[in-house]
Amino acid sequence: MNTGQTAEIAGPKKANVVPNPDVAAKLISRAKRPLLVIGSESTAVKTKDGDLVDTAIRVMRNEKITVVATGHLVGEFRRRGVTKAYSMGIFVLGKHLSDPDWRGFDGLGSYDAVVFAGFPYYMEWLVESGLKNFSSLRTISLERSYQPNAEWSLGWMPEPDWKDTVDKIVSRLEEGK
Amino acid sequence: MANRNVKLKFDELSSTLGTFKGLEIQIGRIMDEEWEEPMGPTPMPSVSTLRSWDRKLLNRYKPFYMPFCDLCCLCTYGKCDLTGDKKGACGISMPAQQSRIVLLACCIGAATHAAHGRHMLNHLIQEFGKDTPLVAALNTNVEAPHVRLVCGIKPQTIGDLEEALDYVETQIVQLVAAAHTGQEGDNIDFESKAFHAGMLDHVALEVADLMQIATLGLPKGDPEAPLAELGYGTINPDKPVIMCIGHNVLPSVDIIDYLMDHDLFDQVEVGGLCCTAHDMSRYNKRSKIVGPISWQLKFIKSGIPDLIVVDEQCIRTDVMDQAKLIGVPVLATSEKSCLGLPDRTHDPAEAVVNDLISGRSPGALVTEPRKVGEIAVKTAMAVRKRRGEKKLVDLGDLKEIASKCRTCMECIRACPNTLPIMDAMTAAKEGDYGPLAELNDLCVGCGRCESACPADLPILTMITQASKDQLVNEKYPIRVGRGAIQDVEIREVGSPIVFGEIPGVVALVGCANYPAGGGDVAAIAEEFLKRRFIVVTSGCSAMNIAMTRDEEGQNLYEKYPGNFDAGGLVNVGSCVSNGHITGAAIKIANIFAKRPLRANYEEIADYIYNRVGAVGVAWGAMSQKAASIAAGCWRLGIPVVVGPHGSKYRRMLLGDQGKEEDWKVFNARDGQEVYVGPAPEHLFYAAETLEEAMVMIAKLAMRPNDTSKGRAVKLSHYIDLHKKHYGAMPDDLHLFVRRGQDVPFTMKDEIMKILEAKGWVEDRIASPDPTLLDRMVRRRE
Repeated sequence: MNTGQTAEIAGPKKANVVPNPDVAAKLISRAKRPLLVIGSESTAVKTKDGDLVDTAIRVMRNEKITVVATGHLVGEFRRRGVTKAYSMGIFVLGKHLSDPDWRGFDGLGSYDAVVFAGFPYYMEWLVESGLKNFSSLRTISLERSYQPNAEWSLGWMPEPDWKDTVDKIVSRLEEGK
Repeated sequence: MANRNVKLKFDELSSTLGTFKGLEIQIGRIMDEEWEEPMGPTPMPSVSTLRSWDRKLLNRYKPFYMPFCDLCCLCTYGKCDLTGDKKGACGISMPAQQSRIVLLACCIGAATHAAHGRHMLNHLIQEFGKDTPLVAALNTNVEAPHVRLVCGIKPQTIGDLEEALDYVETQIVQLVAAAHTGQEGDNIDFESKAFHAGMLDHVALEVADLMQIATLGLPKGDPEAPLAELGYGTINPDKPVIMCIGHNVLPSVDIIDYLMDHDLFDQVEVGGLCCTAHDMSRYNKRSKIVGPISWQLKFIKSGIPDLIVVDEQCIRTDVMDQAKLIGVPVLATSEKSCLGLPDRTHDPAEAVVNDLISGRSPGALVTEPRKVGEIAVKTAMAVRKRRGEKKLVDLGDLKEIASKCRTCMECIRACPNTLPIMDAMTAAKEGDYGPLAELNDLCVGCGRCESACPADLPILTMITQASKDQLVNEKYPIRVGRGAIQDVEIREVGSPIVFGEIPGVVALVGCANYPAGGGDVAAIAEEFLKRRFIVVTSGCSAMNIAMTRDEEGQNLYEKYPGNFDAGGLVNVGSCVSNGHITGAAIKIANIFAKRPLRANYEEIADYIYNRVGAVGVAWGAMSQKAASIAAGCWRLGIPVVVGPHGSKYRRMLLGDQGKEEDWKVFNARDGQEVYVGPAPEHLFYAAETLEEAMVMIAKLAMRPNDTSKGRAVKLSHYIDLHKKHYGAMPDDLHLFVRRGQDVPFTMKDEIMKILEAKGWVEDRIASPDPTLLDRMVRRRE
């Protein structure tokens, strides 16, 4: 087994490994109402844009993608001059996402693909467990560690490779692919 | 008040019915009514008695489940895959299975406190007699609010508590039975049963702590309880060191008594870890508190203890292995944790001591507390002598050890907080031990990194050794646990709490499984003390609050008074003292509002839920006991916030502020059902960050009964914290402002603009005499 390729598997249903950035980008761009959920560790996760908050701000250029920051992270978006990001506690969000009647942040309808990044491993593991069991949403994890409860997850990879992968995914989304 | 197991024996009895010879009559219980208050509707409620109350709460706070395991493996039908909408072979669904696990966790917690209480009760009745008066606190008539509320009895002696504990034990059996295959199948009914376990837990907590307060001379609700010493540096390793670990103070009491009786206190160090340490300091402030549970493994590995005495709860289950590594014996003192050791309870003390000193036996089980003192002291003194100068563990050159690190990252993966252990090792290879030392305050001391390390590096000891210079100077004052809140204090603060002028009561309780060190707990405490909340604390959290100093070298116990009032920092004591915190909320309903207490659970809980702005915070919640303590709060209508690791309890109880129909109450004045806004918004909430928790605590302190003045005070704290940490005004103010007078004066223009944008209309949110109970309506229009 390669270094880091271990995970806490909860049961028979586990995440597909995203084979390359193009697939991840297509999973997101083909959704009608994608939601990017950015967690509290995002300022500590370095990317080619700076950190994950910077990357999320870049993603927001694609107007189809709604961005929500959990914990108190939205303050960081505001400090960087971005007021468009929504804010919600991660498990309150999980509960809403598992409610088919929830109309989303803009009241226009529920989301059909939810992308996670920047979380403590176990918190994302748990909220994706809730969504795996109690929703039909497509969930995609962009963490450096494999997240077994997502529907799709990046596999573990060295930091430079991960930065490169995330950059390619965001570039594809910017290109509208 | 109640006589139990009364036996009458007649050699010969003549009556109109005839003459009886050798007649014996046994009566289970005689009620001797000295309590004028009439019996309420729910004395000693059974599993389903309060089900409708629970369902009212659970209808507002619907569970959100996050399964830890998608399988059920509890019977031989399984393993059964329950993923999604699949069902197990017995028919169980995933929500029911998750709530079943929650119930089992709460049962384990409640059983643990009940068993603790039973040990206390049996031992202390034997030692002091069942007629020993139950004096709980100074200036206090309501000595046992939980026992009165739940059981409908008014205990006057320690013997009277037995009936309450009998009830608790019987109910726990019923609850565990409900979790058997093919029993309960509805998740909300499982949740209700978990609430029941929580309620029982708080009765057990109260019994356990009142027993020791009444008999052992612990502080009786004293706001000026003495200061004791806490910290790694308080222990002088040159002396023989007895390290007591766990929660049940009885063996430690005998050690302290033996030292006192033989004038040895100056020659032997006796220190405690976890809640035993709290109760030791309550018994005798000269005993030392080493620290919270997170210090257990690190302190043992340091080699400082010469004898380890374990009682029960939160002890390392591998303590024998750890003791062997430093060459010291272990004295186990509880049947619940025998550790494979021979039972030496009935052997002469000298024989046990000789076997422990010589190493013939690595430890001994001695379950009679009054035999522990002599064995412990004599053993520790002899072992100290034997160990001589080689006592402390010194790894030598850390650089050389670190060079064996394979940079495989297994330590990081194993660490609950993903601490940068590998980076610290890499720095240590270059002789830079700073990063290793920095891990010390963040480490929860679980030891999983060592277990995972393929090179068997002694990571914890390396961290301790790297931070040695800092540790030896770590000495902090802590106000010892005062126990209950006095009735007279309740009278003083009842009105400002209920009307919202004291913005809230924040209870910082529970274990030390923190996401980023114990300093966070001190930060929460200080934030709310400055804001004039009442801050109550216990257990490991109370210790961590002590372990942070300001720039002038003072900690919060030195800066804030210990009375139950605005800006007071109230350390009630150990885990079993938590019953006093919820007990204070009950006493507000009874003493201030004159609500009948006796067996009147629903009405009191309804009062607390709608009026008392109390919030429980277990930032490092780890155990099943923490789960049952939280469940006891939920049933009383007290919301609980946990730290990130608390999400592993696998379900949250979350309100939906957008569903107006969820937030209606009866107005007791006229029977109308009215909308009061989402207050409190959640019942069980895991916060991802410290800052999120602070904002949520302030928000959850709001209650429908707040006066306009009180609501304005609470809103000002919520808004201020939100602006500070989220960088903007909250976007849900329109749900909490009922009328213009609720708006904090200094922010009026800004807030009114927001309210207008949201289409806010004055008085759409009502200010009734709020109740969830139809029967509390006084008049119907």
